[in-house]
Amino acid sequence: MRFLHLIWSNLKRRKLRTLLTLLSIVVAFILYGYLSAIARAMDQGVSLAGADRLIVRHRVSITQPLPESYLRRILAIPGVQNAAHASWFGGIYQDPRNFFAQMAIIPEAYLDLYPEFLLPADQRLAFIRTRTGAIAGRRTAQKYGWNIGDRIPIQATVWVRQNGESAWEFDLVGIYDGAEEGTDTTNFYFHYDYLDEARAFGQGLVGWYMVRVQDPDQAATVARLIDAEFANSPQETKTETEGAFLRGWAQQIGDITTIMSAILSAVFFTILLVTGNTMAQSVRERTEELGVLKAMGFDNLLTLALVLAESCLLAILGGTAGLAIAWFLIASGDPTGGALPIFYFPRQNLLWGILIACGLGLAAGWLPARQAMRLQIAEALRRI
Amino acid sequence: MDSPPLPPPILIIEAVEKQFRRGTETLHILQGIDLQVRRGEFVALMGPSGSGKTTLLNLIGGLDRPSRGRVAIDDQRIDQLSDRRLAAWRARHVGFVFQLYNLLPVLTADRNVELPLLLTSLNKARRRQQVALALRVVGLTDRARHYPRQLSGGEQQRVGIARAIVTDPTLLLCDEPTGDLDRKSGDDILDLLQALNRDHGKTIIMVTHDPHASARATRTIYLNKGQLSATAVA
Repeated sequence: MRFLHLIWSNLKRRKLRTLLTLLSIVVAFILYGYLSAIARAMDQGVSLAGADRLIVRHRVSITQPLPESYLRRILAIPGVQNAAHASWFGGIYQDPRNFFAQMAIIPEAYLDLYPEFLLPADQRLAFIRTRTGAIAGRRTAQKYGWNIGDRIPIQATVWVRQNGESAWEFDLVGIYDGAEEGTDTTNFYFHYDYLDEARAFGQGLVGWYMVRVQDPDQAATVARLIDAEFANSPQETKTETEGAFLRGWAQQIGDITTIMSAILSAVFFTILLVTGNTMAQSVRERTEELGVLKAMGFDNLLTLALVLAESCLLAILGGTAGLAIAWFLIASGDPTGGALPIFYFPRQNLLWGILIACGLGLAAGWLPARQAMRLQIAEALRRI
Repeated sequence: MDSPPLPPPILIIEAVEKQFRRGTETLHILQGIDLQVRRGEFVALMGPSGSGKTTLLNLIGGLDRPSRGRVAIDDQRIDQLSDRRLAAWRARHVGFVFQLYNLLPVLTADRNVELPLLLTSLNKARRRQQVALALRVVGLTDRARHYPRQLSGGEQQRVGIARAIVTDPTLLLCDEPTGDLDRKSGDDILDLLQALNRDHGKTIIMVTHDPHASARATRTIYLNKGQLSATAVA
């Protein structure tokens, strides 16, 4: 601590240069924060997927519906503990830009399968009992200012009503929270029966099934049994674990993690060069001063440590500022307006960011610090 | 009446040689130097440019090592110390005053003076006391919070001297301390060095070109072509 003033004063030596370097680091870490949040969003909660849950969809595509009658047959398969179905509604709330997922479900079975959706008991009961009832995730409810008791009008894009109208109205009876940070709290759920009875076509069809197996170790066997049950039928199925399903979904737009890593590597390499150059110039400019410090008794290791500390201070200041700004920006919401329902800065990536800042400081300062350490006093003073 | 006994030598240099290699050529900068300086002496080291004055001062201050011979200060062979121990020795025993002051421009005068104390175990309050005392000795108490750019050359050199004495070192080594100053400021600095020697008992070795400066010393030695002599060589 006693050297902090000296280190800080050296950083202020060329204020503009230090400021520009600092800004470069800040921007790099804001980018890092955003890319981390986007990578997590693209991950679609793969890391949070239930190991004991399977997704059963049409073999051709998830956009192809399956018969509702499959539910009874799935429940009869050995190893299946519970099952439910969901159907994509795809409606518009006020404006097409107001995107959030709307799904028709069987409330009780679905909520049993997803205990990570936290809904108070009275709201759960109200949802089960109210045919036009719906529940919304906290983020969506907050975003649109919904309260329990509100009537939510949604314009259908596919499922028009039997009377030809496309307007559907739902009574908001509950608002759910997520058990974990990454739990998606943007969805809107309502009764499948309400949809199925009133829609103009598609009766008896559902989007996909979710299945809970009795033993997660037997998930692959149960998946094979389910697909075998519906083999050679007009609607064959493809069953996979929830994690595999979500991963496959994310990979439809490429290997996000690899793309992110490549971008970040390039950014941090550039920042390493910028910071390293700043430190090298700074040390070169004060060769004589370093010689004077050594003449006073600052030994080689202390000289090395001072230059490294200066470099680390610069990187950590820029890094933490960048991470903090990224944190606030990300917390203010998904920049796409709903296309990334799970959008947050994972704590693990935040900690990694701090470590990267420290590593950046050490790497950028290493060569100039070694140069300062090896400086011969008489040689340095001869330049005066 | 008997004169008081002379104090023992604080610096003993024996058969010191210093060579540098420049390409394939070997330069003999110092040859067979023998020198003793007693505690409380103010020694002026004179000689023409390139005679090896600064090299000798560097050897005495532990900034460089002799190619041959021994350098002992207070019975300590400094030519045999490791780099790390030599640095620690410098911090405790030597104060340097440079021709161009060599203050850190990013630090105020008091922070510059405090630098050598950062290597000691003194706490902040004690360091501040020591700094205030050193600045008072050089007459710059009211300029403590000024940056070097806000001080005149003479004032900067006073800060340099305060920095050199703040740890109360065994030896004060001055390399052309008035070389960059006008006559008036130079005289003030020489007055100060004389006072430090006379009133505070500081042992001072000062490299200078200037006979006016050397006249303030208690003894003058001459270096010519790497060899010491008691008188100037024409």
